[in-house]
Amino acid sequence: MNNSTNSTMSRVEKTLARRYRAEKRFRVYGLLSILFGLACLAILFTDIISKGHSAFLQTRIQLTVELDPEELEIDDPTDPDQIRGGYYQGVIRDALAERFPEVDGRSAKRALNALVSDGAVYQLQDELRDDPALLGQEVSLWLLADDDVDTYVKSRREGQAFAGMLGEDQVQWIESLIASDDLRTQLNTTFFTASDSREPEQAGIAGAALGSLLTLLVTLVLSFPIGVAAAIYLEEYAPKNRVTELIEVNINNLAAVPSIIFGLLGLAIFINWFGMPRSVPLVGGLVLTLMTLPTIIISSRAAIKSVPPSIREAALGIGASRMQMVLHHVLPLAMPGMLTGTIIGMAQALGETAPLLMIGMVAFIVDLPAGVTDPATVLPVQIFLWSDSPERAFVERTSAAIMVLLAFLILMNTLAIWLRKRLERRW
Amino acid sequence: MSMNEQYASAVGGANELKEGRSMEAYTDLAGTDHAEVSKDRTREKTVGKPLLESAKMSTRNVKVFYDDKQVLFDVNLDIGANEVIAMIGPSGCGKSTFLRCLNRMNDTIDSCRVEGDLTLDGQNIYDPKLDVVPLRARVGMVFQKPNPFPKSIYDNVAYGPRIHGLVDHRAELDEVVETSLKRAGLWEEVKDRLHQPGTGLSGGQQQRLCIARTIAVSPEVILMDEPCSALDPIATARIEELIAELSENFTIAIVTHSMQQAARVSSRTAYFHLGKLIEVNDTEVVFTNPQHKLTEAYITGRFG
Repeated sequence: MNNSTNSTMSRVEKTLARRYRAEKRFRVYGLLSILFGLACLAILFTDIISKGHSAFLQTRIQLTVELDPEELEIDDPTDPDQIRGGYYQGVIRDALAERFPEVDGRSAKRALNALVSDGAVYQLQDELRDDPALLGQEVSLWLLADDDVDTYVKSRREGQAFAGMLGEDQVQWIESLIASDDLRTQLNTTFFTASDSREPEQAGIAGAALGSLLTLLVTLVLSFPIGVAAAIYLEEYAPKNRVTELIEVNINNLAAVPSIIFGLLGLAIFINWFGMPRSVPLVGGLVLTLMTLPTIIISSRAAIKSVPPSIREAALGIGASRMQMVLHHVLPLAMPGMLTGTIIGMAQALGETAPLLMIGMVAFIVDLPAGVTDPATVLPVQIFLWSDSPERAFVERTSAAIMVLLAFLILMNTLAIWLRKRLERRW
Repeated sequence: MSMNEQYASAVGGANELKEGRSMEAYTDLAGTDHAEVSKDRTREKTVGKPLLESAKMSTRNVKVFYDDKQVLFDVNLDIGANEVIAMIGPSGCGKSTFLRCLNRMNDTIDSCRVEGDLTLDGQNIYDPKLDVVPLRARVGMVFQKPNPFPKSIYDNVAYGPRIHGLVDHRAELDEVVETSLKRAGLWEEVKDRLHQPGTGLSGGQQQRLCIARTIAVSPEVILMDEPCSALDPIATARIEELIAELSENFTIAIVTHSMQQAARVSSRTAYFHLGKLIEVNDTEVVFTNPQHKLTEAYITGRFG
C-alpha cells in the first residue's frame, strides 16, 4: 500500500515540473499578445499625435490696418450688404506694403500679399460688423497667416527642414515679422468652427463632425427601435421553425457583408429608385442603419436570452401577459446588453467610410449642414479627403481629424460602459 | 414468496441499478410487465380515492406529450377546495408537469401538448377561448427556486395587483402589500426596508416573498413546485407552517420530493410513477397503509 503510494507520488512529481513549465509558457504567450497589442496602439497614437498636435495651433500675423471707407467702398458700416461687399483685400495689401515699404515690383508684391491668408478678409468683415465705429480708424489686428507660413513657422520651431513653397524673400519677411514679435501661434479655433476648405488654414472639421452627428442620429433613431423590436419578436414570439432559422442565418450573414455592398444598395434603392438627394445625412443614415441592424439584433437577442427564465416564469405565473412580461421584466434586464450592442454598432457606423462614398457623401462641402437633407460629409470621409490633398498643412489636419474621430469613439465607448454599469441589475 | 420477500429481493438488486432501470424493476414488481404497460397504459387504474364529490379543480384523462414522447398517461384527479394535496414520486414521474398543466404554464414550452379535460370550478381551462391571464390570476404558482423580481420588496408584492388593476389608489395598494406580507409571515422582517431590492433577502425570505407576491392577487388555488428544495431546514419549517396557515383560505397543490414534508403539510397525497397516477388517498392512509405496491416501495424509501 505504502509502496504504491510512493510510486504514484514519484510519478506525479516527475510530470509536475513539466506541467509548471507549460503553464508558465502559456502565461507568457498571453502576456506577449497583450504587449504586442499595446505596442501597436502606442505606435499608432504616437504617430497620429506627433503628426496632428500642431494642427491645433495656428500662425497669425499682426498688421496695422487702416479701415479706409474709400478703399473699402463702404460708407454705411451698419448695412450688412455693404459689409459683405467690402474690398478688404485692398486694405490688407496697403497694411502689408506699409509694414514692408522696401518691397517693390509686381511679383514681389504678390509674394508679400501671399503671406496673409485669403481668409483674413472675413476676419476684417467680422470686426467691422461687430463694431461699425472702427470704420475710418487704424486697428492693429492679428490676421490669419497663409498655410505655407504656418508650416514654415512650425517646422522652424521643431528644428525640421522646411519643404514648402516659400521664396527666399518670403522667408526673410517672415523672419523679420518674428523678430519684431508681429508673428505668433495661437489656438486654432478655425479647425473646430469651420467646414472644409481648399485652403488648409481655413479648413475645419465642424462640418464633418456635424454631418457625422446627423447621420448617426438618423441611424440611431431607425436602427435601435427596429433592431430591438426584431430581437424581441425573434426571441419571445417567433415559433422555432425553418422560416425563423432561415431568418436567423440571414441576419448573421448580413453582419458579415462588406459595407460597400450596403452603399451600392443604398445608391440603387434610396437614390436611384426613391429619388432621394445625394450626399445627405438622411441617405447616409439609412445605409448605415442597414449595416448596423444585424449587429444590434444579434446583441439584443443575446441580451434577451441571458435574462433568466425564472423571471419570465415568475411574471407569467402571476398572470402577466406576454407583453407585460417583456416590457416589465425582460427588457429592463436586457437593456444594458442591448445598449452596449447599439453603441458598438454606432461606433462602427461612425467609422464607416466605404458605403458613404457610394452615396456621394464624399463631396467637397463648404457649408455647415443645417438638417438631414442638406449635403454633408462625415468625419472618416473628411479624413480620406484631406489625406488625398497635396498641401503640406493638410497632413497635420488629417492626423488632427483622426484624433477627433478617436476622441468621439472613446467617448461613445465610455458611454457604453457607463450605461451598462448604471443599468445593470443583479438577480 | 410473500410480498415482503418480493420487495426485498427486488430492492437488493435494484439499489445497484441506475434510476431508469430500477424503475423498470419496480414496474415488473407491480405485477405488470413493462412492455405490456407501454402498450396499454390505460389498463391500470389509480388506486385509492382520486375523485371527490365536489372538486375545486378536476382533471380527467390528462395526457401530456413533449413532441412525440408521452410523459403523462390518463391522469384522473380531483382537488378539493381548501385542501392541501401533495404530489410525490420519483424524479421524472411527471408530477411537476401535471402541476404546470393546472395553470397552463406548460403553454410556454413549444413542444408541449396537453390532452384531456381540466376544469376549474367546472370551467374547462384548456378551452381555446379561455384567456390564460385571468386563469393564472386565479391559479397562482410558487416555483422551485425563489425568483423575486429584481425590484424592491414592495414592488414585488405590488406587481400582481398593479397589472390586474385590483387597486384604485396608493393607500389600497399599501394595504394589499402589507396584508400579503403578513400572511406570508414576512412583514415583521421587512417592514422597515420595503423599498430595498427583494433579491437582497435570504433564500427562505425570498421564497416567502414569492408566496406573498402570489397571494397578493388573491388566487383561489396556489400551486407550489418543490418550494423548499432550495432552502435550509429552518426556512423549510417556516414555509411548511405557512402552508398550514394558508390552507384556511386557499387550495394548495404542492409537489415535493420530501415525503416527510408531504406527510406534514398535506391532507391528501397523490403518488405518481413513470407518468401515471398510481395512488391517491388521505395522507395518513398513504403513509401508513399504502394500497399499491409501488407506493409502498417508494414511501419506505426503497427507490426514488
